[in-house]
Amino acid sequence: MPEVKIRKIATQIEEIFHEFGPAPARSVKRGAIIAVIANPFAGRYEPDIQPFMKDLEPLGLAMARRLVAELGVTPDQIEGYGKGAIVGTNGEVEHGALWHAPGGYSMREVLGAAKAIVPSSKKVGAAGTRLDVPVTHVNASYVRSHFDSIEVGLNDAPRADELVFVLVMTTGPRIHARSGGLAVDDIKGEDGLR
Amino acid sequence: MNAVIRKIAVWVEETHSEMGRAITPPTRKAVAVAVIANPFAGRYVEDLTPLMDIGAELGALLGHRCVAALGIAPGDAQSYGKAAMVGENGELEHAAAILHPKLGAPLRAAVEKGAALVPSSKKMGGPGQDLDVPLGHKDAAYVRSHFDGIEVRLNDAPRANEIMVAVAVTDSGRPLPRVGGLTHGAAEGKDGLR
Repeated sequence: MPEVKIRKIATQIEEIFHEFGPAPARSVKRGAIIAVIANPFAGRYEPDIQPFMKDLEPLGLAMARRLVAELGVTPDQIEGYGKGAIVGTNGEVEHGALWHAPGGYSMREVLGAAKAIVPSSKKVGAAGTRLDVPVTHVNASYVRSHFDSIEVGLNDAPRADELVFVLVMTTGPRIHARSGGLAVDDIKGEDGLR
Repeated sequence: MNAVIRKIAVWVEETHSEMGRAITPPTRKAVAVAVIANPFAGRYVEDLTPLMDIGAELGALLGHRCVAALGIAPGDAQSYGKAAMVGENGELEHAAAILHPKLGAPLRAAVEKGAALVPSSKKMGGPGQDLDVPLGHKDAAYVRSHFDGIEVRLNDAPRANEIMVAVAVTDSGRPLPRVGGLTHGAAEGKDGLR
């Protein structure tokens, strides 16, 4: 199995106090962690790529743990999450899909009871490409106040033979959420949706 | 605090390898950004003292955020830099007022010492625009291995009436320095230059 070769790890944490409306008592944090690794399948068509998902699990776990730590909260205070991938131009979008299982597994492992599907985005791109990573509530995908996205990117990645894998988490809703829909207090928490 | 802060964002980048060569320990750069209201947006004000005072506040706040994000003792910081991007209803002089008169002293306190000039850049700009923060060795400006920069970007800032203020701190130089010149080990750090 190919080794996971890390070139770079980057984190970004935003703390939001207001967006021109009344500042709530609690600020909201939005964080992302980005790993830049070698794409073991760059430059060729490899039919059997699934074993690499298992290889990525330790990386995913380390990223999820570090992101919670960087946000300065406990796992139960994480309210939203998402994941994403950017594949360098010598790879194919299918390589980005390898992040689905280990990315989701690692956040659930670290956050405990998270029930909702982890929303995701992926694309092929060159160094400097920006990716909007979707965010939804960790226990109920339909919670409208937590629909959001976090833009990530690095000026020097992904190089052609690299993969960029991303995890994102938030500690609360959009700062002035008031567009109705399912509210956190009304979550049933049975099916991961409502 | 005189500054009205809408959000604070902090990025950390670790480089573990470059061109296939392991970087041990990884080089690390942090940059902290505050998005603040521009108190003088849309009008000409002669006396910019309030912005100078805001610069002092942000030098301390953002300097400490960088050091905390790197998880280092203040004295282990090796290089630094500062920059500001002014939203379209402001003027370039607003950036100068924040950056130059008073920001440096509290930043130096946050990283201990800091005999060298803090390298800087400034520009007018809008949401999503890149701001390149120059980096130079904090005690000896001629240390060639530490000339670098770090890019910051927020998709939602600066809005027209805002200013984005950035401070960057590292605990290392470039990943694979080999263009000669004064080295970190050989720097005296007394006159700020060598």
